[in-house]
Amino acid sequence: MSIERSEIEKLATLSRIAINEETISEVSQRLGSVLELVDQLQAVNTDGVEAMSHPMQATQRLREDEVTELNRREALQAVAPETEDGLFLVPKVIE
Amino acid sequence: MHNLTIAELVKGLQSKEFTSVELTQHFLDRIANLDPAYNAVITVTAEQALQAAAAADQRLAAGNAPDLCGVPILHKDIFCTDGVRTSCGSKMLDNFIPPYNATVVENFEQAGAVVLGKTNMDEFAMGSSNETSFYGPVKNPWATDSVPGGSSGGSAAAVAARLAPGATATDTGGSIRQPAALCGVSGIKPTYGRVSRWGMIAFASSLDQGGPMARTAEDCALLLNCMASYDDKDSTCIDREVPDYTATLNNSVKGLRIGVPKEYFSEGLHPGTEEAVRAALADLEAQGAELVEISLPNSALSVPAYYVIAPAEASANLSRFDGSRYGYRCEDPKDLQDMYCRSRAEGFGEEVQRRILIGTYCLSAGYYDAYYGKAQQVRQLIQQDFVSAFENVDLIMGPTCPSPAFKAGSKGDDPVAMYLEDIYTIATNLAGLPGMSIPCGMVEDKPVGLQIIGNYFDEARMLNAAHQFQQTTDWHTQAPEGIA
Repeated sequence: MSIERSEIEKLATLSRIAINEETISEVSQRLGSVLELVDQLQAVNTDGVEAMSHPMQATQRLREDEVTELNRREALQAVAPETEDGLFLVPKVIE
Repeated sequence: MHNLTIAELVKGLQSKEFTSVELTQHFLDRIANLDPAYNAVITVTAEQALQAAAAADQRLAAGNAPDLCGVPILHKDIFCTDGVRTSCGSKMLDNFIPPYNATVVENFEQAGAVVLGKTNMDEFAMGSSNETSFYGPVKNPWATDSVPGGSSGGSAAAVAARLAPGATATDTGGSIRQPAALCGVSGIKPTYGRVSRWGMIAFASSLDQGGPMARTAEDCALLLNCMASYDDKDSTCIDREVPDYTATLNNSVKGLRIGVPKEYFSEGLHPGTEEAVRAALADLEAQGAELVEISLPNSALSVPAYYVIAPAEASANLSRFDGSRYGYRCEDPKDLQDMYCRSRAEGFGEEVQRRILIGTYCLSAGYYDAYYGKAQQVRQLIQQDFVSAFENVDLIMGPTCPSPAFKAGSKGDDPVAMYLEDIYTIATNLAGLPGMSIPCGMVEDKPVGLQIIGNYFDEARMLNAAHQFQQTTDWHTQAPEGIA
């Protein structure tokens, strides 16, 4: 099983991963073999089975709406590629 | 000193047979001399370690030392360490120095442990051979042409080579148990929610769980005592008292009902591995345990279900690595899209990119129900198999992996062949159950692991059975050539 070239290009865009032309057919083939594996699931009868998202059916707990985080902007921004005046700098977004 | 267990090291430190500084220097020297052959450690924190050891010696002298005071350990490079690079085995985080400690790291600090450094791992914990690390593959100390398993292969190899008496690790589909088995050490993945995931870099959040590795079950119990805790900062952590896992180690296994799943002894299992595992079961039977054949009929579905769920969650978790706030950013991005796409293409390795693409596919419009929804339903079926089995047995045992360590590079071209390496370990992650691996034999001069699966929060019983097994066998004391 292999995936259409256009599908790989769409996935790469959705995933924000640049894929180079030469590797598309190899990527398509490898993804295809993984999808073939996971397609075994389609044969299973799961009528009426509830989807499981947490092993112990735990729910998200609530807490008081209080500020618990300290302001550590400088420490957190020390690892950023580029900052200015306490802001993260990225390439120009709006022309 | 490197052949002593953690339990023995604690006694030796407390009775002043040796100091933590001596012990720490000894292990730092071993890392410097031996690790070039294994590549198990990415970062050595010698200076901090010796400082921490000196502080530990003061506390030991003052007589107010906590449990693991002065004991050197290694952390898998997935746990954030304040001021020390945490790479997750990726170029993406090669320059990342966290400004905080993971809860697990904090717990060990509170217990007085000394951190020698950070261990190598498959990139973002995705792999079963430790060949996907940006820092190069890890070699198995038992046979350097073979893999140590993954993703916690650095931790396993380091413990096997006596570079540290214990190490932290994580397990999403077998990443503690499989490398423990392949390197001949003991390791336990606790119940989902037992150990805090805060500050542990996320792969698949509904499956990830941290746990310890050491040479003996007793040492795993000592480390788990420290590692397990309730943590407000991890919303999936379960608020439940942590027992003293060492308190029940000496209980007898007489009358213990051990379920042996027939699906774990079917085709694909190496005959030598089967023989070693059967012999281990016979040993426990001779000690008074009762073996009961059971069936986990949906076992075969665990690999396909996992390879939908884990990549789907990974694709969401890894979206945070976009070159904006931390981690790798490509050179001269021409616009925002270019920065995202090239930073991720250049920063992530091949296997990580493959899983992000698969996960994105399974979650994309039109496929969500057929893949992710379906896999979560199958997950429920797999859990039900275990729930039914545990109505009748106390523990489940079988092989940890289908065969001993394979040659490096031998499964590189075929992702599916690599994925089948975790066929016996994945189901417990899907069900959220605790799983353990201990050494139980040798095949082709390489170690074999016995897997022990427990009911929810039944880690004490698993450690007890493992400890009793280690009282009558010596597989856990064997060392690779040139190590002991």
